[in-house]
Amino acid sequence: MLEVEKISVNFGGIKPVDQFDLSLQKGELVGLIGPNGAGKTTVFNLLTGVYTPTEGKITLEGKLISNLKPFQIAKKGITRTFQNIRLFKSMTVIENVKVAFDNRINYSILDRLFNNKKYKDQEQWLHEEAMKILDIFDLGEYAEEQSMNLPYGKQRKLEIARALAGDPKILLLDEPAAGMNPQETLELRETIKLIRKQFDITILLIEHDMNFVMDICERLVVIEYGKIIAKGTPNEIKHNERVINAYLGQGA
Amino acid sequence: MKSNTTTKFLAISIITYAILAACMETGVSNGYISGIIVSILINIIMAVSLAFVTGYLGELVLGHAGFMGIGAYVSAIITMNMDLPMFIEFPLAIICGGIFAALVGILIGIPALRLRGDYLGIITLGFGEIIRIVLNNLKITNGAQGLSGVSSYSNFTITFIVVILTIVVLYKIINSRQGRVVVAIRENEIAADCVGISTFYYKTMAFSIAALFAGIGGGLYAHYHTVINPTSFGFTLSIEYLIIVVLGGMGNLFGTILAGIILGVLNEALRGFSEYRTIVYSLVLIAIMISRSKGITLQTIKSKFNIKLPTKKQRQEFASKGV
Repeated sequence: MLEVEKISVNFGGIKPVDQFDLSLQKGELVGLIGPNGAGKTTVFNLLTGVYTPTEGKITLEGKLISNLKPFQIAKKGITRTFQNIRLFKSMTVIENVKVAFDNRINYSILDRLFNNKKYKDQEQWLHEEAMKILDIFDLGEYAEEQSMNLPYGKQRKLEIARALAGDPKILLLDEPAAGMNPQETLELRETIKLIRKQFDITILLIEHDMNFVMDICERLVVIEYGKIIAKGTPNEIKHNERVINAYLGQGA
Repeated sequence: MKSNTTTKFLAISIITYAILAACMETGVSNGYISGIIVSILINIIMAVSLAFVTGYLGELVLGHAGFMGIGAYVSAIITMNMDLPMFIEFPLAIICGGIFAALVGILIGIPALRLRGDYLGIITLGFGEIIRIVLNNLKITNGAQGLSGVSSYSNFTITFIVVILTIVVLYKIINSRQGRVVVAIRENEIAADCVGISTFYYKTMAFSIAALFAGIGGGLYAHYHTVINPTSFGFTLSIEYLIIVVLGGMGNLFGTILAGIILGVLNEALRGFSEYRTIVYSLVLIAIMISRSKGITLQTIKSKFNIKLPTKKQRQEFASKGV
């Protein structure tokens, strides 16, 4: 459903991503791995429109999206989380999710000023839907807390919840397990399995925790210096000479 | 859901109105004091509208007085050139002034809001000055002499009603999906963008709503002072409004209103210091900012005076226990 054809981006002579190819099938869970500075997050920024590729094209279900802005791409069905958590810090947990629902409600300011039925119905619906998503992530009891007061692992979960609220077709997770303790990582693994079941969604994730990646990903893409150096199943990647030299090291 | 707060607010404002009106009727407050009260009320309109862009959207705007000037001139020109009864032409003029200011706001917002932070501040400062200079050079605005003999339509009651309406409307907008998105943009623009929010659209919207109310405030100003000239709407006035917003606390409507009142009173109370007034005023500002950098909130007042109210959780517990 997502086709990435030979995209490159050029920052004044430096090419953090060079001739990157990727094809995602519906329902897949694919991992993007590689050493630090390999260009993994830049790939995410290209997919979500934060950067525009200087070469190549990206199509989602046959439609070109590489020329769109981030909010347009999000509306078309690609949402993401961030490596350095980007929550709406001073807002409550449930408001964080409600913001992401904004494209699914449409009452106007006038509807709000007169407190009419349309406003009340839509806010009611929004509240219920937002609570449903929070409950999936066991965040229901924190709904009215300020999001910056959540523990780290829960902040990461909230970011995933917020990304899912936009009803995406493809979810991009940028190091979802970074900074988590083993217990939290274990929970995250279960959560990801759960959302795949519930939301019928395609996931592409970046992660450095190899146990985590090898366990949940069906397919891996390895990049180094912006270029793909290997593709394949976790098992193939584990024994790939080039990947071992570039990234995994002899011990793995 | 939040209509409770609105009712409470309306009750408080009716009481405030009754007290102030009674003072004026019985002669406890003279014309001088009434004048200060109206000025403070207009300042509140300007400050809460600026608070919407600066406090809630989080964008620095240094040309708010420019929009006030547009509203003042447009409404004054309308009432001066029309020959209708006051109750028709005055509301019409005020609304037209507001709408015209909002349109200029959109026009300025489209190029300006592509920038952020300090850069946007400088741009709005520039546009504010452009508005002033245009007013200074147009024939219809009577150049540097300005307009005099504007009908004296604004009074305490009308201004008070407009202030209440402004606060209620802004409060409701802030507590709507639009307001939620505006705050989200302040909190993290990239994240808002990546969940499908057209940040540019909402920024322009917030900017023009603020300009709308600034224009309305300008209309009231023109019909209260009856004389307006371009220098009334200069850069220093924009800064004054910004000071109220910052002092009231970013993203804090209640604090902004309170700061508007406090600064208005302070400004007058310091008249005794004559030429040292601005120095004392500035020192007080610095002192307040250092001690209360988050602005004036119910929280800070409660902790300052040691008022302990049950928290929401406690109230719920009480309720469940049937206390």
